[in-house]
Formats: sequence, structure tokens, C-alpha cells
Amino acid sequence: MYRLGIDVGGTNTDAIILDDQQHVVNAVKRHTTADIETGIANAIAGVLADQAIDRSQITKAMLGTTQVTNAIVERKHLGRVGILRLAAPATLSIPPYTAWPQDLVDALGGKYAIVNGGYEYDGQIQTEIDAAEIRGVLADWAGSIDAVAIIGAFAAMRTDQEEAAAAIVHDVYGTDFPVTQSHAIGSLGLIERENASVLNAGLYAVIANTVSGFEAALASAGIANAQLYLTQNDGTLMTAEYARHFPILTIGSGPTNSIRGAAYLSGQKEAIVVDVGGTTTDLGVLKNGFPRESSLAVEVGGVRTNFRMPDIMSIGLGGGSIVREHADGSVSVGPDSVGYQITEKAICFGGDTLTATDVAVRLGMTALGDAARVRAQVTQRVATAALAEIRTMVETAIDKMKTTAGDANVILVGGGAIVVPTQLAGVGRVTKDPQGGVANAIGASIGQVSGEYTRLYPYAEIPRETAMVDAKAHAEAAATASGADPATLAVVEVEEVPLAYHPANANRVKIKVVGELIE
Amino acid sequence: MRLIDESAIKNIAIGASFFGAGGGGNPYYGMLQAVAAVRQYGPVKLLDVSEIDPAAWYSPVAGMGAPAVGLEKFARGDEYQRVFDAVAQYTGHHFAGTFPIEAGGGNSLVPLTLAATMNLPLVDADSMGRAFPELQMSTLALAGVTTTPMAITDVQGNTSIINTVTGKWAERLARAETVEMGGTATVSLYACTGAQLRDHGVTGIVTACELVGSRIRDAHRDPEAALTEILDITHGYELFTGKIIDVERRTEKGFNVGEIKIDGYDDYEGHKLSVMIQNENLIAIRDGQPITMTPDLIEILDAETLEPVTTEVIKYGKRVRVLGTPADAKWRTPAGIACVGPRYFHFDYDYVPLEQLIKEAK
Repeated sequence: MYRLGIDVGGTNTDAIILDDQQHVVNAVKRHTTADIETGIANAIAGVLADQAIDRSQITKAMLGTTQVTNAIVERKHLGRVGILRLAAPATLSIPPYTAWPQDLVDALGGKYAIVNGGYEYDGQIQTEIDAAEIRGVLADWAGSIDAVAIIGAFAAMRTDQEEAAAAIVHDVYGTDFPVTQSHAIGSLGLIERENASVLNAGLYAVIANTVSGFEAALASAGIANAQLYLTQNDGTLMTAEYARHFPILTIGSGPTNSIRGAAYLSGQKEAIVVDVGGTTTDLGVLKNGFPRESSLAVEVGGVRTNFRMPDIMSIGLGGGSIVREHADGSVSVGPDSVGYQITEKAICFGGDTLTATDVAVRLGMTALGDAARVRAQVTQRVATAALAEIRTMVETAIDKMKTTAGDANVILVGGGAIVVPTQLAGVGRVTKDPQGGVANAIGASIGQVSGEYTRLYPYAEIPRETAMVDAKAHAEAAATASGADPATLAVVEVEEVPLAYHPANANRVKIKVVGELIE
Repeated sequence: MRLIDESAIKNIAIGASFFGAGGGGNPYYGMLQAVAAVRQYGPVKLLDVSEIDPAAWYSPVAGMGAPAVGLEKFARGDEYQRVFDAVAQYTGHHFAGTFPIEAGGGNSLVPLTLAATMNLPLVDADSMGRAFPELQMSTLALAGVTTTPMAITDVQGNTSIINTVTGKWAERLARAETVEMGGTATVSLYACTGAQLRDHGVTGIVTACELVGSRIRDAHRDPEAALTEILDITHGYELFTGKIIDVERRTEKGFNVGEIKIDGYDDYEGHKLSVMIQNENLIAIRDGQPITMTPDLIEILDAETLEPVTTEVIKYGKRVRVLGTPADAKWRTPAGIACVGPRYFHFDYDYVPLEQLIKEAK
């Protein structure tokens, strides 16, 4: 039995085959193509070429892809969304789409209604929903929208109104009509949760195309028995069927896959992962084996959202970073880079641009290209100064990702990792792996399945123990729905945040469980 | 007179976080509200205090309640007009304009929404020149302007008038009503004449917020130049450049209390700064000596973007620039110091002006 893992990045599409011991059988890199699908098909063909693998023994296929992110950034293939906000008379002062880029609003159709509804901070009803009012709005929208996003005030406290409104949508437009309910997408912060829900609702066609394209690529490669999974931005997998309902969860899965792959290669669960590419370096934090989530509002395509995203910091350092000596003798590294042209432009490859890779060659950190050529053109002084600059950039970035002053362990991965010194201040142990170059595809294919649940519980009314049991049950149900074996589920994260000045002693409780893929 | 448009509102929001000196909360929802209002009703007229009628009456509006509740249940939009009209009706005054009660967080922007909807001018003055946590902390109150009559309302349309014997009583009663109203409410208080606002308010604060905000929004081009300009605009001082090495936080009597420790680099290599917080940044101590004390302002900014860092989001490893800004002269009086000086917040220091502390440190 084998797993096939695919990771679509901005420059490369990587594919790997893992056996049932999770050993890498083969790994390839192919250029990412404009249509994505051709690159995926090429990578699958490449990784299977010359391999005596019975295609019917490939039982799981995992895809980490940027298609959903691209659709938002390029405003392409988005569906038309009707936004139903259940909150009137509150919240009328900020209509949906207020701080959105206009071209994205146009792409989504711009339809919205703020109707009666919403809860109070303690779960009491602020305003009852009015079925006739909702039916009236839906009648107006008939034929002009492809999906509905429902956002209720304090939906993180009680979900009944959102569920009732969704039932009305299904009654009017049919049971298959796509609906996003905000309580499944984000937490406290109505505008940010609404924004994320609207994006999710606009992405149903994109995710459907992504899944069917992946199915077609597998079928044409003769892989017929594989269960399909997509990678999520928390480093776990979801079934293709689950992904069809939550396309937004794939956004940001690229860096996450690298972090998970790095964890797998190094066997570590607590570390800072430094993924050095050609142009940029992404840093993420491995916490209990999973990527740490960002605690700040995250912008997606120019829109502020609050759905979970990995906490990633990018700096302008990569293998192709251009190194310059200035008039005053100082040396700078990046932020511009020769990027994918490194094999023509770098001095070690016969070009005339001094890059970070040349610095590594000059100082004997790697045996790449023509070392004699580099020695002839680059002085020891410039190379040493450039390495000192690289060291400072990486050390500073690592320090910013830490939460305490002690030494952290670092895992270096990515094609550009050769330019980073392995002795760093503030760092305990640095781990590098020869297969670090395809850490992202490895991360995509080794994934487990997670489920999480976030809700506000007013402890004045719902005791803490009851709240914890309730949240865990919901998280387990979500994990099972995305393809986990219920018998293997374990709690990996419990977060309990009291809300400042909250009259009913409300706490935001988040529970996350993780388990193995069901066979 | 000049017009405040959408871009100016975005600048004011960032500048208000600067003058919030660590407090005041997130201005994002207040900013969205003001943007939506000027899109619908057009830009707002901003008047300098020299342009207002000294005999006319003016009244501010503000939001009150738990910040987390305001993220889900924010205003319908007509509450501002309702409290404004309620105070006018109760007192018999006709209000010629409005103004912000404080700089910092959403409340610096709430009166813009009222001004846009009612086509009223906004006066370039407030009653703090920064953010403070309690209703009676106001330069207008120092000069004898009473907190009440005050109006309070909710999204449903319930309204009441509060008339109390002291500002502290107004705080207590309004808090209780806010809870019953669902955790958030809209208030109008400190109604005063143009002459009182001119003489006892902190004047020019809206413009100062806008100027500082616009420099911060452009700071990525040249942070050093932007910082110099900000110090010019605010007559401020650079206190420190460093990395946050420890954040100690706890809740005491409903307040967010703690200490931020910063290790210096660049010009401050080998030096240490610690900032004592209680919702706002209140005391800065450099190498064991106080260098800025409340009511003077302590601003902690991101070292690269110069974005103000509020006390809720500060964390280990962040590189920051720390500035000090002299408070308005009205706070630097015996009555002002008694109201918001170090001892009011239980710090064992006698207030010394920032300029003098800087001179002594050299």
C-alpha cells in the first residue's frame, strides 16, 4: 500500500510516493503550470516513472494546492454570494463588504441583507429571526446567486438561528444549494467572521474544479483505488468531500506542509522550522507536532478575516538572494533574488550575479557548481560579511518567532537551506535532512486528520466541565466527518480564554482533536 | 474648516492608537462605521476651536461597554443621534456640533459617524488628548464641566437620562445600564459651550491624530524620517529602541495590570527599559530611573512599521521604538496630577514632567 503526496507551490509542483512504513520511495519536482492541473499530471507521471508500483496499491492520494488562494488573489472563477446577516437592528452601521477591495466585491456579486436575528453576549435572543423576511430576501436573489453565507451575531455562542436560516435556504433553493454557516468558519468578531464566510461561499466552484481536476489526473495515471484528501492550513488532512464544504481551510496550507514535513523528517515536536526557498524564507513554529496558529487577524486577498491560519513569518532571504557590496564597504543580502533563474545567473553556475548560494559555495558550506570560478570572483571578505548578514537575518527572525528567551531547536528545510549557517545564536540544535527539499510534499502525505470546535460558553450558565465535554464532542464529530478513525482521536489542544469585562463570565473554549485516517 | 474623508478617517484611526498610549482598544470597527457613514452622507466638516461659536453648545458621543461584546453587537447607527437629541431635549440646548471624548480606540471615531449622519461639524478637540479608563478623567471635568446630564441608549431604542451628583456616580450607574442593554451602549455626556471646549479641551487632537496616522501609514518608505516627523508633530522624545524580553500581565480589580521589559539595541545597547501598564502605558523606567510618567504619554511602536502596539497584543521578541509625549498642560496642574498622576494609579512616584526627566537622564 502506498500514499501519493502532491504539493503545488508557486514555482514547483512536488510529488512523492510513501510506502506503508512512511518511507519515501520516490520524489520529483516539476514546474508549476499556469493551469495547475498540467503540473500535477506531470509530477504524478514523473514520480511513477521507472517505479515498479502496482497502481492499485496506491490507496491514498493527498493534494496540497494553491488553487483556492489563487482564485481569491486573481478574483477568478469565484461564485456569486448572497450574504444573510442575522443581527438587525444591531450592526446596521457597518454593512457587509465595507472595507473590501471593490473588484473582489464585484466578482462576488455584492448581494447582501441584514435581517432580524442575533443573540446577546450570554446566549439570550437579541432578536428572533423572521422566516417570512428571509424568504422575501431569497425570492429577490433567486437566480442571481450561487451560494449563501449566513452570519449571526454571537453565533459562536449559539448556532440555532444560523441553522434555522440555512434550513430556509435549502427549503427555497433546494437541499443541494451551497450554504456557509459562519459558526463553522470563525470565532468572535462578526466582521472578520463574515468576511471569511463570504470568501468560503464564493469558493465552492473553485474547490469542485480542483477536486475533479485531481480526480482526472489520478485516473489518467491509472490510479483508481485511492481515497482523495486535501491538506488544510493546520497541517492535517480532510477528505475531498469535506473540503467541498470548507474550501477556505486550504488557504495557507503550503507553509504548513513544510512545517509538518520538517517535523516528520526530524522526529521533533517542538521546534522552529526555517524553510529557505529561492527568494524568501518562511519561518513557522512546531508546537506539539503541529504548526502554531496566528493570533492576529489575517488578511486574505485584501480582506480581514479571523479564521485560523498558521503563524508564518517571511523574510527576504533565499538561495537566489542578490548580494551587493556598497561604496562604504558594507555588504547587503536581498531582498531581491534571481529566483528560478539561479541556474543561469549565479556565479557558481557560470552567470555574473553574486547570490547567497555563491557565498555558501565560496565558504565551503556546499559543493555546488564551479567553486573555482566563485573563488576567482568573490573575495573572502565579501563572502564572510554576507554570511554574517545572513546569520543576523535568520537569528533575528528566529528570535521574533520565539515566545520565551531560552534556546529553541531549529529545523532547516527547503532548497535554499545551504545558505544558512548551522551554528546560530539563541538556537540549541539545528537539524538538516537531505530530503528537506521536498519537505512540503512529505508534509502533505503524512497528515493526520483533525477536528476542532470553538464556542463561547457563559460559565455563569453552562458550568466549565459541561462546556469542555460539549466542545470535545463537537471536535470529535468534525474530525470523524473529515475522515478520521474515531478510535484513534486524541485531544491535542485546549484553549480557554476569559473575555475581558464580560458580565456572564464567558470563556472562549477551543478544543482540537487529531486522529489517524480511517482505513 | 476642512473636510474629513475616507482616507483621513483611516489616518485618524491609526493616529488615535498612537495617542491611546497602549490603551483605547482596537479602532477597527469604529473606523469601518465612520467610513460607511461618510460614503453614505459625504465627508465631515472639521472646525478648529477658533472657528466655533463660544456661546453655542457642543456635545460628544461615545461607545461604552465590554470591547469583546462590541465585536459582535455593534451599533445600528441611529444611537448617536438619539443620545445627542436626548441630552438636547433634557437640557434645552441646541447643539451646534460634536467632538470626541478621548483619543484612542473606537471613541475617537464614533463622533465622526454622528457628524456625517446629522451633517454637523466635528470640533478639533477632545477631553483627554489620550485615552484614560474612567469617565471622570477629563480636562473638561477639571474645569468644572459636569459629566451629566448624560444620555444612554441601546440598539433596540431604549434610552434613559442619567443625572448624578458626581462623575464617579455616573460611571457606576451607566455601567449597570450597559450590562442590561446587552453589554454595549452608546452615551453622550460632558455637554459644554464652545468657550469651555476652546479653553478647557485638548485642542487640535483630531488633526494631530490624522497627521501622526498619515506618517505611520507611509513609514515603510523611510521609518527614520517618519519617526523624526512624528516627534516634531507631537513635541515628543525618543525614549528607547529595543526588544521585548518579558511581558508580565495580570488582572487586578478589572484592570489589565503588568510590566513590559525591553532590552536595548542600536543606540540603546546595554540599556534596559521597563513600562508599567494599567490598561494604558503609565510609567517608563530606564535603567532604574523613571523617564516618563502619567499623564505624559508613552507610545510603544513596531520598530519597522511604526504601528502603535496596544497592551493586549504586545509579546516577547517584538522589536519596538518607545516614544514619550508631553501631556496637555491642563493635565500638568495639581488637580490634573491628582486625577491621573502616578499616585492615582498607586505608583509611588511624584509626577515630574517628561522634559525634566529627559534632562536629568543626560
